[in-house]
Amino acid sequence: MSFIKSIFDKTRPMFSEGGKLKSFRSVYDGFETFLLVPNATSRSGASIHDAIDSKRIMSMVVIALLPAMLFGMYNIGYQHYALAGIEGSMWELFAYGALALLPKIVVSYAVGLGVEFIVAQYKHEEIQEGYLVTGLLIPLILPINCPLWMMAVAIAFAVIFAKEIFGGTGMNIFNVALVARAFLFFSYSSKMTGDEVWVARESIFGLGKDIPDSVTCATPLAEAGSGQMSASLSDMVVGLIPGSVGETSVIAIAIGAVLLLWTGIASWKTMLSVFVGGGLTAALFQAAGSTPIEWYEHIVLGGFCFGAVFMATDPVTSARTEGGKYVYGFLIGVIAVLVRVLNPGYPEGMMLAILFMNLFAPLIDYCFVQRNINRRMKRAKIANG
Amino acid sequence: MAFLSKQNKAALTEPLNLNNPIVAQVLGICSALAVTSQLKPAIVMGLSVTVITAMANVVISLLRKTIPNRIRIIVQLVVVAALVTIVSMILKAFLYDVSVQLSVYVGLIITNCILMGRLEAFAMQQKVIPSLLDGIGNGLGYAWILIVVAFFRELLGNGTLLGFTVIPQAFYAHGYMNNGMMTMPAMALIIVGCVIWANCAYNNRKK
Repeated sequence: MSFIKSIFDKTRPMFSEGGKLKSFRSVYDGFETFLLVPNATSRSGASIHDAIDSKRIMSMVVIALLPAMLFGMYNIGYQHYALAGIEGSMWELFAYGALALLPKIVVSYAVGLGVEFIVAQYKHEEIQEGYLVTGLLIPLILPINCPLWMMAVAIAFAVIFAKEIFGGTGMNIFNVALVARAFLFFSYSSKMTGDEVWVARESIFGLGKDIPDSVTCATPLAEAGSGQMSASLSDMVVGLIPGSVGETSVIAIAIGAVLLLWTGIASWKTMLSVFVGGGLTAALFQAAGSTPIEWYEHIVLGGFCFGAVFMATDPVTSARTEGGKYVYGFLIGVIAVLVRVLNPGYPEGMMLAILFMNLFAPLIDYCFVQRNINRRMKRAKIANG
Repeated sequence: MAFLSKQNKAALTEPLNLNNPIVAQVLGICSALAVTSQLKPAIVMGLSVTVITAMANVVISLLRKTIPNRIRIIVQLVVVAALVTIVSMILKAFLYDVSVQLSVYVGLIITNCILMGRLEAFAMQQKVIPSLLDGIGNGLGYAWILIVVAFFRELLGNGTLLGFTVIPQAFYAHGYMNNGMMTMPAMALIIVGCVIWANCAYNNRKK
């Protein structure tokens, strides 16, 4: 540790005002606070509410995302080899998927942190850490065939228009990763939905083989829309189905969920009520006969689990009052299934549901706070006679 | 009063930048979002509004002393409606395809807040020549924002300008795609926001 500290101490003059590399000051600050606990303390009153700073919270979310990411890599390989009709060992499949996903992760972080860096330097602030999580989330919620440049455009758009305009990390109304996905979804819909985008189609460094355009593969949700589904329930739970990179495996997401709940970063109230809302609505539609699949299949398919665990619980964009979390989560579940069942154009409704409820989170909070105020007023009136 | 006195110049040029109807007063947004998916209808719309604002301003300014105060809104509406009908007929006669694209939005110029705003705030108190210049200025201020927004929307959304393909085929061959969201009103609002942002930044720097 002291070795790292001495490096930072030695290079500090170069980065401070008047130094040679002062235009990279925010990068220096970012790395220093990332590796070492900052020793700057607040000068104006007590402002501690937890000893853990937001960079470390973010690191925990990234760790919670790793199982979904690693399984996603394996699944990319698995789907590619299955569609190409060739055999491969487990490591071959994993290596193929890792090679397919890695450029996305690198580009995602490069573009997102690049925008953050420019903004931080321009505003004379330190780099905000919010992008650490967003940068990993974005590749995981996109289909693997989404071109890199499109992702880069979407990330730049989302970071600027969904985050920096509102004042940066912690100020955004909408989940940044979902804004990036929504941008792609509405801008380049042919690369985001349909039967051709979910399975990687090219051989990478001799692994796998090129798949001709005529061979396609739909997601189970899209198949469900047309009434015939080929995947078995065990495949859906384990995650060996085509879909966005990180969303397929319920088990990998569950590991992440346990970690988030155990460390207290995500709220179990939000998470649980998303599942309750989605499950109830799906059961209702099933009873009415308007959806061809079982209610629990609605929950294990598509982005439902991933959204419920990693997106709905985002502490910035979700409701913050304790009662509000139940309402917020419940409505996300309800709307997600509503969109899936009632709108044939959108086989997946989780993204739209979460973005929509992000919009209402402040209103929900307002109502709960007001209710609390009214209750206390009443109590105060009774007490004072 | 000289034709281009200081006040008259201000009436003409202020709406172009500092007091722009869209960028500074945020009026007429509805039509600005609706007609800007392509450049040609945006230009036609901008010019129509310019002509109508200028002429309505002149007519109302001429009548300003005889209009009874209690029914002035009705009188203004009648004047604007007459002008809009004339413009709409001219468009149908000479630019039929554009008038089809503009559909109801030509008729809806009657309800455009910029017009009523200028008539109420300016033409009812001012003489004819300043009113004329104010109308032209506001119309052009509206038009240039429309043209900027439509430029970006048509270029990025369709890859064309005024209907001619400008993005080379080689781009598409390398995987470039038109941005479908640019053709939706949602993106128009974001572009208008960016124009407002750029305009404010420019004016603040000049100060």
